[in-house]
Amino acid sequence: MELDIVDLSRLQFALTALYHFLFVPLTLGLSIMLAIMETVYVMTDRPIWRQMTKFWGVLFGINFVVGVATGIVMEFQFGMNWSYYSHYVGDIFGAPLAIEGLMAFFLEATFVGLFFFGWDKMSKRGHLTATWAVAIGSNLSALWILIANGWMQNPVGSAFNFDTMRMEVTDFSAVLFNPVAQAKFVHTVSAGYVTAAVFVLGVSAWYLLKGRHIALAKRSMAVAASFGLASALSVVVLGDESGYLSTEHQKMKLAAIEAMWHTEPAPAAFTVVGIPDQEDRETHYAVHIPWVMGLIGTRSINTEIPGIEELVELAKVRIRQGITAFDALQQIRSLPPGETVPGNLRKTFEDNGHELGYALLLKRYVEDPRNASEDEITKAAWDTVPGVMPLFWTFRIMVGLGFFFILLMGVFFVLSAQHTLEKRRWLLWVAVFSIPLPWIAAESGWFVAEFGRQPWIIEGVLPTAAAVSDLGAGTVLMTIIGFVLIYTTLFIIEMGLMVAAIRKGPDPEEEPESPAISSHVVPAE
Amino acid sequence: MILHELISYDVLRLIWWGLLGILLIGFAVTDGFDLGTGTLLPFVARNDLERRVVINSIGPVWEGNQVWLILGGGAIFAAWPPLYAVSFSGFYLAMFAILFALILRPVGFKYRSKRDGVAWRRNWDWALFIGSFVPALIFGVAVGNVLQGVPFHFDSDLRIFYEGTFFGLLNPFALLCGLVSVSMLIMHGGAWLVLKTQGDVRERARNYGSIAAIATIALFVLAGAYIWAFVDGYRIVGSIDPTGPSNPLVKSVEMGEGIWLGNYQTYPWMMAAPILGIVAAFLAFILLRVRLEGLTVIVSGLSIVGIISTVGASMFPFILPSSLMPKASLTVWDASSSHLTLFIMLVVTGIFVPIILVYTTWVYRVLWGKVDEDEISGGKSHAY
Repeated sequence: MELDIVDLSRLQFALTALYHFLFVPLTLGLSIMLAIMETVYVMTDRPIWRQMTKFWGVLFGINFVVGVATGIVMEFQFGMNWSYYSHYVGDIFGAPLAIEGLMAFFLEATFVGLFFFGWDKMSKRGHLTATWAVAIGSNLSALWILIANGWMQNPVGSAFNFDTMRMEVTDFSAVLFNPVAQAKFVHTVSAGYVTAAVFVLGVSAWYLLKGRHIALAKRSMAVAASFGLASALSVVVLGDESGYLSTEHQKMKLAAIEAMWHTEPAPAAFTVVGIPDQEDRETHYAVHIPWVMGLIGTRSINTEIPGIEELVELAKVRIRQGITAFDALQQIRSLPPGETVPGNLRKTFEDNGHELGYALLLKRYVEDPRNASEDEITKAAWDTVPGVMPLFWTFRIMVGLGFFFILLMGVFFVLSAQHTLEKRRWLLWVAVFSIPLPWIAAESGWFVAEFGRQPWIIEGVLPTAAAVSDLGAGTVLMTIIGFVLIYTTLFIIEMGLMVAAIRKGPDPEEEPESPAISSHVVPAE
Repeated sequence: MILHELISYDVLRLIWWGLLGILLIGFAVTDGFDLGTGTLLPFVARNDLERRVVINSIGPVWEGNQVWLILGGGAIFAAWPPLYAVSFSGFYLAMFAILFALILRPVGFKYRSKRDGVAWRRNWDWALFIGSFVPALIFGVAVGNVLQGVPFHFDSDLRIFYEGTFFGLLNPFALLCGLVSVSMLIMHGGAWLVLKTQGDVRERARNYGSIAAIATIALFVLAGAYIWAFVDGYRIVGSIDPTGPSNPLVKSVEMGEGIWLGNYQTYPWMMAAPILGIVAAFLAFILLRVRLEGLTVIVSGLSIVGIISTVGASMFPFILPSSLMPKASLTVWDASSSHLTLFIMLVVTGIFVPIILVYTTWVYRVLWGKVDEDEISGGKSHAY
């Protein structure tokens, strides 16, 4: 397979983003759990909670630092590999990124130093403040990043300016309160909480199985199970909200996830499993549950959800409207500088400008979209369908795991309350082996969100293919190899250090277990 | 929304040009001593305990300091999108090298002392050295290339094309600027280490720091002379509308010898920048010799302020000149975000930068004092 610059740039972004996203969810959740544990310590003054905070803090640190290192790459990549994107939407997209730095990342990074180095230099409350600052900072970070990303999914509050040949912000509050961004934020952040909860639960279960650090493990497990149960429930509920919003804003993504090739009579059935076939435009061996899709997607029983074929027909209409906008734009730009744009021309552009992006889809086939043939318009319209099979399955993996986490956390919540954890050794093993699952769910979720909006880098506004930098394929291939090498090395080192830190367990100097246990033991003399 | 028209577009652009300078200076002054310290690591510290002292002197603060860079990147993206798009894609491989180094650095700090092996620690020491020296050098090299003009052009859709090569970036003047950057940051890192350490490490840091201060002055003056003699500057021909739309293609630009020094004739007060750079570096040298520790870091920081401001003042209103298509050069007046975005970002900056300064100051106060060797060998406080 011959990879061109667009494929390579996408591959590089996907690799670096998926890798970065291995560390982000754990940071989001673990920072909050550390803050909770330390709050208990400050309130009860029992040293075991300080030991817990410090122990999980070591694992947090090993994870956090790779998240930071790989996050810098993400920020720079927009300019490096997607320079036309950066020019085209920097006016809107750059602002949340910069605000993220100002409001969130600065807070997080400044106080993370105090978290590790400040234990003996500050009062208890002072240190607790630092810990909460890290937790709040990392979660606010996610908010701003997802406001930026939400705008790519649902580009509100902006308009194309033909003087500057780019999108510019017209209503910043619409960008901030973009419903898609808000839904993504709560869904993603709760997914991070689940990740951390499953991680703490699994490691604690392993300690219980090995009979080590029992006091720390039991308490950690209680925190993880209650925090995890609440988070797992909210991931699913809020994820459902995301689904509902896609019906409104990203109909094609929803249709592809469901492999709905045709509009069905309302309420639509939910396809549980099946093998979507992009060429034949049907799903083989499909198993349906009646009504469910209609309820998830529309919250009603009589609203239709459009199918892929119907959306492609709609795309053809939008492409034609885009060509009208493109034509008006070319006429406006051919006017001599300083001359005012005639009223009717301006009106034609304003009426059709919101579909300009659809005309750019034709650039794959013709230099000037105005010369596109009927056949090319049809091809470009079919390009708006993302890969159905991968979306269909990653979505189902994510949702299936989401329900599994509710079950897992529910079970451990009850067991933890009943103090019967050690007796169910097989359940403890389930918890240990569940550790990688939230990462699979989170990466699947990322894939559904981002692969699902292809061929758009910004839904309906800018095709991905138009957004890349003018770089040589060899250059990009070289940096991909570089990233893969350094990231793989780091990953192996990071895993090694994590495992070593878990094997080593909490700092024995902080060990408060002996007095607690000895109070139950009759003295020897 | 009409609120943003409270400040006119040209004034906002000027303010953002200043803020961009402040962010870059903020990065160079704060993360600068981290980069300088990391570069000095193999030279000032000879055994494991000494190395841990050096690493722990910046351990609690480097992470916050590095955010200035993240913020600089974000602010350029938000306020000067064409600058972000052209420079990051144009300097692609150089940016990759910086990223590579910046990935090594955080991990090096965090992981180095997590295991005992000699080879493990030696490898991370090298990672920290590379992670500090390479960015210090490349940032300077980049400035050198910007001063000479960068070979890029736009098509009529403002699509960006860059015609240079990676090795083209490594020309003599750019390398000279790279050396100015490295020596300036070593001076700053040396001053920091003298403040934060004791004994042999401090004496070595004092020596390297004062040598670097003198080198900074010599190289900076040499770079100035080189510009005067060999580097073509850029000038806008005719008028430009400071409140016009951000489209760099609607102006004319000419190139010529000595133009970069022209601003100092028009506005003699701008001479304050290079003078500050030189005088403060010299004062840093003196203070390092007479052992006035606290003041040295401030003075070396001021020298950095002067040196970076010199570049900005010489080029104003240019931000990124194009050697291939001079009229495509990015200037303060035609490469910014929209009026509304600049205003919103100014409000956000106005609220958060003071807050950041307050808590950063608090963190430095909590961590005030020398790094204690006994504390490190005792493994207290999760020292690196």
